[in-house]
Amino acid sequence: MTTLAYTLSDSRVMLRRNLKHQLRYPSMTVMLVGLPIVLLLLFVYVFGGQLGAGLGAHEGRSAYLDYVVPGLLLITLASVVQGTSIMVAMDMTGGIIDRFRTMAIARASVLTGHVLGSLIQTLAGIGILIGVALGIGFHSSAGPLHWFAAIGILALFAVALIWLAVALGLAAKSVETASNTPMILLLLLFLSSGFVQTQTMPGGLRQFAEYQPFTPVADTVRGLLTNAAVGDHAIAAIAWSIGIAVVAYLWAIHLYNTRRAAEPN
Amino acid sequence: MMTGQTGTPEIVARDVCKSFGSHLVLDKVNLTADEGTILALLGPNGAGKTTIVRILSTLIPADSGSMHIADRDVVTNPDGVRAVIGVTGQFSAVDNLLTGAENLRLMADLRHLGREAGQRRVAELLEQFDLTDAAEKLLSTYSGGMRRRLDLAMTLVGEPRVIFLDEPTNGLDPRSRLTMWQIVRELVSAGVTILLTTQNLDEADQLANRIAVLDRGRIVAEGTPAELKSRIPGGHVRLHFAGPDLLRSAAELLPAAAPDEDQLALQVPADGTGDSLRELLDELHEARIAVERLSIHTPDLDDVFLAVTGSHVTGSLVTGRPDEDLAPQGAAQR
Repeated sequence: MTTLAYTLSDSRVMLRRNLKHQLRYPSMTVMLVGLPIVLLLLFVYVFGGQLGAGLGAHEGRSAYLDYVVPGLLLITLASVVQGTSIMVAMDMTGGIIDRFRTMAIARASVLTGHVLGSLIQTLAGIGILIGVALGIGFHSSAGPLHWFAAIGILALFAVALIWLAVALGLAAKSVETASNTPMILLLLLFLSSGFVQTQTMPGGLRQFAEYQPFTPVADTVRGLLTNAAVGDHAIAAIAWSIGIAVVAYLWAIHLYNTRRAAEPN
Repeated sequence: MMTGQTGTPEIVARDVCKSFGSHLVLDKVNLTADEGTILALLGPNGAGKTTIVRILSTLIPADSGSMHIADRDVVTNPDGVRAVIGVTGQFSAVDNLLTGAENLRLMADLRHLGREAGQRRVAELLEQFDLTDAAEKLLSTYSGGMRRRLDLAMTLVGEPRVIFLDEPTNGLDPRSRLTMWQIVRELVSAGVTILLTTQNLDEADQLANRIAVLDRGRIVAEGTPAELKSRIPGGHVRLHFAGPDLLRSAAELLPAAAPDEDQLALQVPADGTGDSLRELLDELHEARIAVERLSIHTPDLDDVFLAVTGSHVTGSLVTGRPDEDLAPQGAAQR
């Protein structure tokens, strides 16, 4: 086998390990995928009546449902990557990482296994959430191509957030820290156009909301699903995704190569 | 598996130095282990045992020195080294969310054994390590001893030529410890070379062909267990007397001996040979001092360990350069 073949083979083995972990640790998987569904129901049935009243032309709960689904798809991403951080930190603080390091395997395969596993988990989470949303009356005028593009944008952004979560998991000194730091992503998401229109926010906050990565991604997905123009939002969303992915990837690889599992003695 | 051309060095470390910050952890450490032998690295906590294992197994870089495993350079060819070594560290390196068989399977896949060869090897190791019944159980149900056995089995999946065992029996019950020793012996008889670290003198004595004693980052003694024991002057004859008067007369007769008033005993330095014993008894007989009973103590590794790592040390045991901490005193004169 060639080096490339070994790299692919090792990454596949690590992916399988990661997927098995997800099955063996179902409480976490269910929690991470379930949280967005609970929030969806909460936002639509508890807050939706009032929040929908402010949407302008098409008012009401069902209009808010159509508005908020992209925000909850992003919640799914933020929620899954929290699990990524935890899994990476569990690996790095346990003894098994030293075993991998003393074996002649493709160095990055440990990380690519986590990334691919989390991506699959994200796509599954997105699928489940869209199913529930459709079930409670989400209406989309998008054709198959637009759906495909929307999921593509989400997947690209997911890759960026997953690498960021991998880096955060590698940087964390403990599993507890690793489970807390990705919370910042949830906060960022609430300060974006995911749940309310940015023009309803006060000045400074509005500016922040308009220039942070979650807003263009939410707007692009919303635009694609409602058959509206996406324009610059899509370019900004793709640029943010690639930018975050590259920086987080380099950071993660650097941490992986320099950080050791807990030193004994 | 390699068969024994003994005499070929498989592990060679020369002048290895390592500092963590300003703390010097390894100070010009030299180690050699021949093919098909066990080298035990003996030392107290914090002596640097784990650090040398981590350096030789490519986990962390040394500051200086040269290291070769099976003729592969640890610094310039780490992947070459990784292909022939197996490491079982102090902390269990198993995947807790997988079953025993899945853990082994993971190793087989990462060693690129192929499906059939991999399955065969996994089944073989489960059998050898008495884990067949627990193969499909999650690791969370494993006992400490089973976990340690699986850990070693995972190390062996790729049939490594050189194995590093960092305190492999630490925390095991006596029965699990014996099982582990048996496995280690079988490996060596099949030609594998093992570097074993331990704080357990008995373990080093039982298993090792050669022992290196590491103390505060330096190798302070090195040799076969017998050589180390013969170099330590801890051997003595203990004479017991019926009363304090006899003890006092004997102590006057033998000024080198240490009297123990409470036990009515006298500890006389001796090498344990028949001639020296006869001489001693003749001397006492001529002075008409009756000995009630006597016992002979030959030095064990405990004496060696205390002698070379503590302050009571003889010059003869020190290998390499002299050191102020290890100046001759105490034990030699006792």
